[in-house]
Amino acid sequence: MSCILTAEHVHKIKAARKVLKEFKYEPAKLEKGYANKSLYINISNNSIVSKDVTEKMKDVFIGGKGFGLWYLWNAVNPLTKWNDPENEIVISPGPIAGITQYPGAGKSLVVSISPTTGSVVDSNVGGHFGPFLKFSGWDALEIQGKADREVIIFIDGNKGTISIEEAPLESVDTHLIIEELTEMYAESDEDKRNISVVSSGTAAQNSYIGLLNFSFYDKRRKSPRVKQAGRGGIGTVFRDKKIKAIVVKFNGVKGDLNNPVDLKKIQELGIKLHKEIHDFDAIQTQKREVGTANLVEIMNDYDLLPVNNFKYGNHPETWKIDSKQIKKKVTQNMPDGCWYGCSMACAKAVDGFILKTGPYKGQKVLIDGPEYETVAAVGSNLGIFNLDHVLECNFYCDTYGVDTISLGTTTAFLMECYESNILNKEITGGLELTFGNKDAAMELLHQMSRGESFGKIAGLGVRKIKELLVKEYGAEPQFLNDIGMENKGMEYSQYISKESLAQQGGYAMTNKGPQHDEAWLIFMDMVNNQIPSFEDKAEALHYFPMFRTWFGLMGLCKLPWNDIEPANNRQTSEPAKVPEHVQNYVELFNSVTGKTINKQELIVQSERVYNFQRIFNIKMGFGQKVHDNPPYRSVGPVTVEEYLSRQDRYDQQMKELIGVAPDGKTIEEKIKITRKYREDQYEELRQTVYKRRGWTENGIPTLEHIRNLGIDFPEVLEVVNKHL
Amino acid sequence: MKFLDKNEELCTKCHLCEEVCAAAINKSDDREKSAIRIDDEKDIGIINVCNQCGECIEVCSEQAIFKAKNGVILINKSKCIGCLICVGYCPSLSMIFHEDIPAPFKCIACGKCTDECPSGAIFLKEIIDEEQVAAGVAE
Repeated sequence: MSCILTAEHVHKIKAARKVLKEFKYEPAKLEKGYANKSLYINISNNSIVSKDVTEKMKDVFIGGKGFGLWYLWNAVNPLTKWNDPENEIVISPGPIAGITQYPGAGKSLVVSISPTTGSVVDSNVGGHFGPFLKFSGWDALEIQGKADREVIIFIDGNKGTISIEEAPLESVDTHLIIEELTEMYAESDEDKRNISVVSSGTAAQNSYIGLLNFSFYDKRRKSPRVKQAGRGGIGTVFRDKKIKAIVVKFNGVKGDLNNPVDLKKIQELGIKLHKEIHDFDAIQTQKREVGTANLVEIMNDYDLLPVNNFKYGNHPETWKIDSKQIKKKVTQNMPDGCWYGCSMACAKAVDGFILKTGPYKGQKVLIDGPEYETVAAVGSNLGIFNLDHVLECNFYCDTYGVDTISLGTTTAFLMECYESNILNKEITGGLELTFGNKDAAMELLHQMSRGESFGKIAGLGVRKIKELLVKEYGAEPQFLNDIGMENKGMEYSQYISKESLAQQGGYAMTNKGPQHDEAWLIFMDMVNNQIPSFEDKAEALHYFPMFRTWFGLMGLCKLPWNDIEPANNRQTSEPAKVPEHVQNYVELFNSVTGKTINKQELIVQSERVYNFQRIFNIKMGFGQKVHDNPPYRSVGPVTVEEYLSRQDRYDQQMKELIGVAPDGKTIEEKIKITRKYREDQYEELRQTVYKRRGWTENGIPTLEHIRNLGIDFPEVLEVVNKHL
Repeated sequence: MKFLDKNEELCTKCHLCEEVCAAAINKSDDREKSAIRIDDEKDIGIINVCNQCGECIEVCSEQAIFKAKNGVILINKSKCIGCLICVGYCPSLSMIFHEDIPAPFKCIACGKCTDECPSGAIFLKEIIDEEQVAAGVAE
């Protein structure tokens, strides 16, 4: 990476350390994917406890996000705020995580109470931490409490030691601290691959949209790199707890460490998928070549790429930031996976990028990505079609510990407020936040890192900024609610959902907020018209969120499910589900754990955890119908210019679907008619979905459903009964 | 570089090469543990064996696969973490995997099977490449 780290410097950092607590343990040998132990650390009183993972926990909550939700549920009460000491950060990899044969099996799930939503949030992240944690003998790591001075936590999975150490001199920004700690804990260059660091950054401590970086050592580039747990501000919680980093060291990764019941089957499934990716990736989604960035031009072609705060879906200058341009910047032909055995290898890096702004200006750095979401969030959605800006912003977001999606959606909202005269230079401290102003967008991010000026306001996220603008500057709440692209307090991820009713639900009827990891139905719904009726859409909004939840229980990545398809997938009865790959997952789970689920039971496993998370939201004061209301910008055109940009389509829909002649009506009248129709459609979809999911009209899981799922614990019933 | 070449028209599908190979590289009498494979069902592509093309080198995240000075592609088994990407990514599907053996294996052009082949269908061939010249192992 960029900085020149001397042995002397590392020695100095290490010498300033003070051990606050040490703990020795016998690392558990994994059995059928589980260590059967979890690690609890309280940094208020420096206690470290080994807990048993019970069979019941494994049956009901499976692992990963399920374990995280269960531990957090027991840690907090309905009044717990994100910055209360009892809030936890739980990291859990899941029973399949750590296998090396099947692509996408190195994920960790992070769960906490979010600063932006006030409720429970989960984030799925790559890197080597989760598998190393499990190989070190822990199915989950719970961190509770708040340190009174800066600390790091170090787990040595070979020696069986854990320490909490005061760490005054380590950097906070990720690209520096991962180098410092990788250097400090590795005994040789060869040993660096055995280190993984969780860290955040300076902007995380001055905003609510902080993220966590999970490192892995890139053996070819000879540098640590990071993947992000981006959504929901967990990095902010991390820095509020005064944690600089969590480090795990584990030497000895092999393909059989999970001690699965049927290694041969896992190997067969892995080879089969490797062959598929070898044969078809180049002609399907090109993940190996460009990662997720190929979506930039696809979304632009289908009018789905957010431009200027989700007003428009395409732009003539998109070619400047599309994957053809990105390909010229990223280094090619490397096996770029974020965990062993991932032949999908979507991780990408730009080598030797020279920064033009900020505290590291002039330095040559390695940039992870850029992912599609980042290109759209800090590029097109801000009206900025400049790839160097996107890369620079990507680098700073990662090292400062800020979620590119939330940053982009928030900045886009601020730019629209600025152009609508709700904001002005006086309020922004001189920043001219117009669409396309890349220098202002970058400065806003640097201010966030320094905790200064308007950057501090921007770091609050869309929901809290709306409240502030209404309270302090007398802004009109309805307009802000219409254009502020947040739901539940989380900023939208980067897809235009206006022309896909199913995706409007896929965003707003989620557990944690509008992130597309629950459902991405736009092509099924809008392009291929495979789910025309309300019942079809509701079925999709049942099946896909449940199916995708399952990845988070297992420690798996979603991409190898449907970003590669078998040759005959289009000829199957349900190509959108990729039936052969669903069967792969059933067999993977059974081969690791020795259980005997089928594809129906796979969905039930998810349904238990999904409904538990819904009830967790209810416990925290959310999780009801009113919280599933989308901002109108995600449903239809808010402004005149927006209507005009798709006038033919909207006029035609008015005539054919609504049965009203558009002739002679003003644009304002037409916006109103369109809005009434679209909001009614959403309401009908919502009720159909709630019914399909086993929920009341107010979105509360019914007692019958809770009992059928086997999650009718007294404390669950106590929460639900108040609302039935 | 040295590699195992073939003249399939001469192959009688006697499978002797598989027995010799399994014994030589995996000390086994199980033909499934051979790095050369004879397909009874086929008339073309009967003999499947590594041609030392080296595409597997780049896909290995652990850098466990390398080209020896004589041009033969070898696997450092202690570095292998068993991800099997090389097996799925071999263009001729000649990287072999067997559940009893921790790391994948392949033809190392040792020539033991060619010595025993009764029909002369397989034989060692050596071509000089520039890399070898540069490495000082060929002229």
